[in-house]
Amino acid sequence: MDASMLGMWTFLITEVLFFGGMFAAYAVYRNMYPAAFASTSKFMDVILGGTNTAVLICSSLTMVLAVRAAQLSKRRDLILFTILTMIFGTAFLVIKAFEYHSKWVEHLIPGFDFQYDEPRYQHNAQILFFLYFCMTGMHALHMIVGLGLLTYLLVQSVRRVFNADYFAPVEMIGLYWHFVDVVWIFLFPLLYLIGHRR
Amino acid sequence: MSTHHILIPKVSTLVAVWAALIVLTGVTSAVSYLELGEWNIVVALLIALTKASLVAWVFMAVRHSTTLTRLFCVAGLAWLSILILLTYSDYHTRDWTYQAKPWSTNKAAGDSR
Repeated sequence: MDASMLGMWTFLITEVLFFGGMFAAYAVYRNMYPAAFASTSKFMDVILGGTNTAVLICSSLTMVLAVRAAQLSKRRDLILFTILTMIFGTAFLVIKAFEYHSKWVEHLIPGFDFQYDEPRYQHNAQILFFLYFCMTGMHALHMIVGLGLLTYLLVQSVRRVFNADYFAPVEMIGLYWHFVDVVWIFLFPLLYLIGHRR
Repeated sequence: MSTHHILIPKVSTLVAVWAALIVLTGVTSAVSYLELGEWNIVVALLIALTKASLVAWVFMAVRHSTTLTRLFCVAGLAWLSILILLTYSDYHTRDWTYQAKPWSTNKAAGDSR
């Protein structure tokens, strides 16, 4: 049990460094072009981004309640909270898809007919949108993997695999899910809240 | 399999952390509309760090974990700091120009003595 948890933490540390590379690139380019980066905020939907932050926080709560249910051998609760977590996770991806679609409509896909209303930031604002799609895209990919893991969890719960004596997979998938939540907790202020007060 | 002692969290604790995370999300959104200059990013990152710590400490059960697991967490943060700080400080200082000091004897830097 402890060994598998420590292994999961080790994997998550490699994930921290994987996303860390993109956060470092963000820090460097934001320092180079602060005005261009700040100008992008009016194209970010704070309401949708904030809603998605709340949706992910809710999914983390249902996830930790699912782990608790497994620890107490409460099979019905485990199934219920796993399904709720999957619903929140899917809701996040649906909202994200609407945001991506509006970026497409507004010609804000970098390198693909990118048109910016402030010509002086045409090039430098593209860097932010490139980072936006890299970071949120990799995050969304992790969400999709997480939903796959939750599907496995749901099937195994229905088959009565987990109980108070065996719930390590539930805990490990929980750790992964919370980690993906933590990544978004940093992405939301850095990508959506840069400079819309200016 | 389950020979070690398992601490099962109270539902009230988990809900309290959830409420704190929701409130902090509202706070960070509201504060971003205030004009605080350089402090906007500082406040935003401090709130994000607080939220991440809450998730790790309670939801990811670091508070009940072994010393070895905590050591791994701290090691991860240390490597992340090295990655971001060294990369950032490299780029941030690249255009700092060399200025000849009175005691400098470097001909290339324009020493005429």
